Amino acid sequence: MVPTSYFLTLSAVLFGLGVVAFVFKRNILTIFMSIELMLNAVNLAFVTFSRSLGLLQGQVFVFFVIVVAAAEAAVGLAIIILIHRNRGTLNVEKVDSLKN
Amino acid sequence: MITPQIAMFILLAAIAVAGAVSLILQRHPIHSALSLIVVMVALSGLYLLQGAEFVAAVQIIVYAGAIMVLFIFVIMLLNAGEEDPSNASRLARFVGVPLAAAFLVEVAFWIGRATSQMAPGPREAVSTRDLSSLLFHEYVFPFELTSFLILIALLGALVLARREDAN
Repeated sequence: MVPTSYFLTLSAVLFGLGVVAFVFKRNILTIFMSIELMLNAVNLAFVTFSRSLGLLQGQVFVFFVIVVAAAEAAVGLAIIILIHRNRGTLNVEKVDSLKN
Repeated sequence: MITPQIAMFILLAAIAVAGAVSLILQRHPIHSALSLIVVMVALSGLYLLQGAEFVAAVQIIVYAGAIMVLFIFVIMLLNAGEEDPSNASRLARFVGVPLAAAFLVEVAFWIGRATSQMAPGPREAVSTRDLSSLLFHEYVFPFELTSFLILIALLGALVLARREDAN
């Protein structure tokens, strides 16, 4: 049986990589993908604790996280389409109308 | 001692981390999206390894099947090209990478320390039947609420992405 700490460490590494991608990337679509990566890392932690503590609630929570992620992706991608239509760019550094 | 489970874990974890690193390194959004799909499939394998069949199936069907298809669809719709490097990327490379590495090492260290004494829980396999009875008895109200959430998100996406001149 694989130790719990292995899964939790992998979850932390994936979450950290998601944060790195979120900070580094400038394409709004890739930034959105890195949010999905972070959600996936958290889901892995939920499933790991669910197994480790013998409670099914963790898996139920993963189910809800996936549903919320689906809703978030639908609305977020619609907003991205809107940004592209209005500004003609996907670069977040060029979407700076609050600066001026 | 390397048991088959641990070997499988190492393989899947390596695939997942490689996919996540590839997500960061690729310049083209479509390559990033394909890397993320690799991560999701590897995570689904890890869920199977932990006996969570339902979550593994939902991961493939909803994440890799629906959400990522939506992403790729939008990338193709917007004809998203390669991202151009910015002025901040040099600073990010020399300050951000060491900081991120330090953060990862620290988190991994503390997790390993905190969970090494964690008592192993009951190991009997969790069936999808137990999960669904929990979902439809104890959590039936939140479950119904999520259907409203999906409906509202659907309407919101439709209203947002609709062309103004097409009404």
